[in-house]
Amino acid sequence: MSDRIEFRFSGSGGQGLILAGIILADAAAIYENKNAVQTQSYGPEARGGSSKSEVIVSDDPIEYPKATKVDYMVSLTQESFNKYISDVKDNGIVIADKELVTDLSKAKGKLYMLDMVKSAREELGKLLGLNIISLGILVEISGVVSHDSIEKALMKRVPKGFEEYNKKALEIGFRLGKEIKNK
Amino acid sequence: MSKNIKLMQGNEAIAEGAVIAGCDFFAGYPITPSSEVAEILSNKLPKIGKVFLQMEDEIAALGAVLGAALGGAKAITASSGPGISLKQEHIGYASMCEIPCVIINVMRGGPSTGLPTLPAQSDIMQARWGTHGDHAIIAITPSSVNESLYETIRAFNLAVKYRTPVMILTDEIIGHMREKVVIPDKNEVEIIDVKLPDVPPEKYNPYNFTSGKVTPLAPMGEGYRYHVTGLIHGETGFPSQKTDVIQNAENWLIDKIYKNIKDIEKFEEFQLEDADILIVAYGSTSRSARQAIMMARAAGIKAGMFRPITIWPFPEEQISSLSKKIKKILVPEMNMGQVILEVQRNACGSKVYGLNIVNGEPITPDQIYAKIKEVSEL
Repeated sequence: MSDRIEFRFSGSGGQGLILAGIILADAAAIYENKNAVQTQSYGPEARGGSSKSEVIVSDDPIEYPKATKVDYMVSLTQESFNKYISDVKDNGIVIADKELVTDLSKAKGKLYMLDMVKSAREELGKLLGLNIISLGILVEISGVVSHDSIEKALMKRVPKGFEEYNKKALEIGFRLGKEIKNK
Repeated sequence: MSKNIKLMQGNEAIAEGAVIAGCDFFAGYPITPSSEVAEILSNKLPKIGKVFLQMEDEIAALGAVLGAALGGAKAITASSGPGISLKQEHIGYASMCEIPCVIINVMRGGPSTGLPTLPAQSDIMQARWGTHGDHAIIAITPSSVNESLYETIRAFNLAVKYRTPVMILTDEIIGHMREKVVIPDKNEVEIIDVKLPDVPPEKYNPYNFTSGKVTPLAPMGEGYRYHVTGLIHGETGFPSQKTDVIQNAENWLIDKIYKNIKDIEKFEEFQLEDADILIVAYGSTSRSARQAIMMARAAGIKAGMFRPITIWPFPEEQISSLSKKIKKILVPEMNMGQVILEVQRNACGSKVYGLNIVNGEPITPDQIYAKIKEVSEL
């Protein structure tokens, strides 16, 4: 169980975090032949409310499917940052957006505050795709799957006509991840 | 085996399994956390010339399924706690009239509307005793997405073979999680098809209480005429109040399942050879139990697991024989103590402990390990 890596995407319902988790699990399970399990947790609301999507990747079979000792967490709302950060390992990595998360009093692990919203606004022209930017960042920082695998898994789940937009969002994520790694 | 491997959700695997099993008909009413079964079959079934119906409520949904099955269709419905409560009336009707059908219950916290998006294992006894009157039922508790697919195929087979409702009891975790599934070709799995009776219509009786063999259910419209009623009936299907007919009819509903238990039972044993502590766990909780057993073994505590896959009929014989060797038994479940009652009833002379967590989160390996340690020191 030592090679078990736990990822958590957190935010509010509608931000596409469950999809981000599915794409990561697909890349690991299908394109890299590892074991991967994706789960989700949300409330009875259709939109809003805190939601999380978790992915476990391991070379060994995965029994317990949820994250309890989180290696990598992304947070796209203040509420989810506060609610879900307590399971992050002491040496775990937390990625949050500078504009969306401002109160860092609950911070844990190694915290990276990034410009996801700003980059989306300036380079994509809208805020759609924050989930894919965060996916790119996690892949870049963790190295859990290759760029090629995540791109293949992404293209499989993107609606027709949005391939380039999403590819661009993923590239932004890779770049933001690289910048923070090299700091 | 085929190399068709996909990342799939548990509910999706059930839909996939249903199609491979030759499912002709789905009727249902959406409810979290089972809705994806309906959603996916609404897409798949019409494309292959089969029927998908969204009904006005859960009662009507199972009614439609039973009607379709009487017409020779392999039929399925899917729901969760509150919806299954509504279906109980028709589950009894299916038992009594011996109409094959598959009922999916993706369990969530209850009672009432309870916890729509969170898991529980609290419908185990409801599956067995939810409808009134003496009857038997087959229920299956898969513990992975892959198993959800294969056990759905087996559920259809058992339903046709024994002319009975078969329930699949998963939960929000298995239903919503995604993991790898090996999708088989049709020719790689056993599929039992609906057969015409081997006698001509004028000699056909829809029920057979005495031969010990389950008579095929003749699809309506094939020339076989018979009476279907929820009243106690004789072998012709017509109601009867004769004491011997009543007794035979009641015996038959139980015997056709319990006398074939060897064919229906399915279970997995994990590290039981030298175990001092027996964990009886099923469904998603068995995943945590397996991890907890490895933690316990690493700490020098010899624990092992018996995992019922067919939960009803309950594996009485296996629990009874294991309890002769292993004197401490732990039953972790996401309810306030249901399967533990069956274990206690069958484990003579062993101490049986429960771990009952119903807080909306799956029971973790750490929680089970802590309980194993506690039990090992008693």
